[in-house]
Amino acid sequence: MSGAEKIAVTVTDVVPLNDLVTRFEFKRADNGLLPTFSGGAHTVVEMRDGDITRLNPYSLMSDPMDQSRYCISVRRDDEGRGGSVFMHTRVKVGDEMVISYPVNLFSLDLRAKKHLFLAGGIGITPFLAQTKQLERFNGNWELHYACRTESLGSYVDELTSHHPNETHIYYDDKKQMIDLVNLLEGQPLGTHVYVCGPKGMIDWVRKTATNEGWPREAVHYEEFLAPQPGKPFEVKLAVSNKVIQVGEHESLLEAIERAGVDAPYLCRGGACGQCETNVIDYAGNFIHRDHWLDDDEHAGGQKIMPCVSRFEGKTLVLDR
Amino acid sequence: MSKFTFPESIRSRPIYGTLEARVGPAHLLVADAHGAEAILDVATPQMMEKAHIIYIPKGEDYEDKLRALKPASFYSGPSYPAAEPRLRKALADAKMGLQVYLAGTEGLMGQAQNAAMAAGIPHTAIQTEHRGSIARRMQCVHCKGITEEVETDPFVCSHCGLNLFVRDHYSRRLAAYQGVRVDAEDPGNVPTPKGIYE
Ligand code: FES
Repeated sequence: MSGAEKIAVTVTDVVPLNDLVTRFEFKRADNGLLPTFSGGAHTVVEMRDGDITRLNPYSLMSDPMDQSRYCISVRRDDEGRGGSVFMHTRVKVGDEMVISYPVNLFSLDLRAKKHLFLAGGIGITPFLAQTKQLERFNGNWELHYACRTESLGSYVDELTSHHPNETHIYYDDKKQMIDLVNLLEGQPLGTHVYVCGPKGMIDWVRKTATNEGWPREAVHYEEFLAPQPGKPFEVKLAVSNKVIQVGEHESLLEAIERAGVDAPYLCRGGACGQCETNVIDYAGNFIHRDHWLDDDEHAGGQKIMPCVSRFEGKTLVLDR
Repeated sequence: MSKFTFPESIRSRPIYGTLEARVGPAHLLVADAHGAEAILDVATPQMMEKAHIIYIPKGEDYEDKLRALKPASFYSGPSYPAAEPRLRKALADAKMGLQVYLAGTEGLMGQAQNAAMAAGIPHTAIQTEHRGSIARRMQCVHCKGITEEVETDPFVCSHCGLNLFVRDHYSRRLAAYQGVRVDAEDPGNVPTPKGIYE
């Protein structure tokens, strides 16, 4: 089986935080200890919804050293493919679920002399774990957190009461904006910046940091890329000799898995590179959405990342 | 001629490039001897407005030309150890976005790179350009002493006196190549020293 190793868990708490975000707490079903992790790690949650199985990654937000439980926060996305809605409407305390071992694609660079965190909306979750990790070592950090409105500001109260000096909150509806140029220019040498939030925010931070002369190695980002729905299409899997249909609300990776073909993955969000698949033949257009392949590879028609990317056209033959 | 093309070697051996002007709120340029030429090549009036040059002439005559670039700040010192406090202070006061340019001998670039890394700049973000002497800064693996300006292979460790073979194995942490006893198996059988790249 592909992906990280699995853990059977029980849902031990479900806490709605506001109109959009609900927190879930998991404990090991066998009452044993969960693995420790490092701040920024995510777990892939398996959601059994009739005959559809969705596997969605969520950042772990609990204390990385707390082996008794894991917490995630899920933002409800009514436009999405149903994973977050499933979590919000169907998951109850006492349910048995399967999650993956933690995988970290957004870890702290512990050589940094200071960590500057920039969060947008639900992008706050990895930083909740990272700040807990840094607090143990008396790490130097600062958080700038942009939320739409006060009522949608998940964990604002917790952050501002525990870390009043480190936390800076900005509300969109009050027209408050992170003064990014000044913020970046004032950072001492050895600062690393981390950004997690909507794509526009990530692009803005990366571009501004480049213009301000920040080294690429000091700029870290994690974008929550959920696979997007799209037109159904047909794919031929050459190695397993199967022809499969990818439905409107499932990803190519999920369709491959549904056909019983084991395909590699780790993040399921277009970031880790694990699912990279060779294209043997095609007639049509790729809809590449990953952050893994470069522009030339996207144009080349030789590779696809099935966790997030789709296809429109007559023929697609994959080396799988 | 201040430029030299180093032969291809193992991965451990540093590779130097050609300095290019980059964007940033401040620029720190450190050079020794003929490294001044690389600074003269890369400098732009715009860069110099926010530039700090630290120069170690080692008997070369570039100081007036460098001063004529009108950097915001200029320092000239007799040796790297003499210049190092100045460099460390400049790094300690610097903000993110500082661009670091190093030029000259391997020993100078290695040590200045080390100071910049300790200040928190990833080594891949530090630009280097070799100019001038091809002498190396060597560490004796036996006594750990550093011998500066090594031009021949083998050479005599200036600390313990062993005859050392010049390896391409490099340590970024020490800013030095590794020197290993050449006659360990057969004491006294020391090849005639020749230039490192001869
Ligand atoms: S599974 Fe990570 S890029 Fe597709």
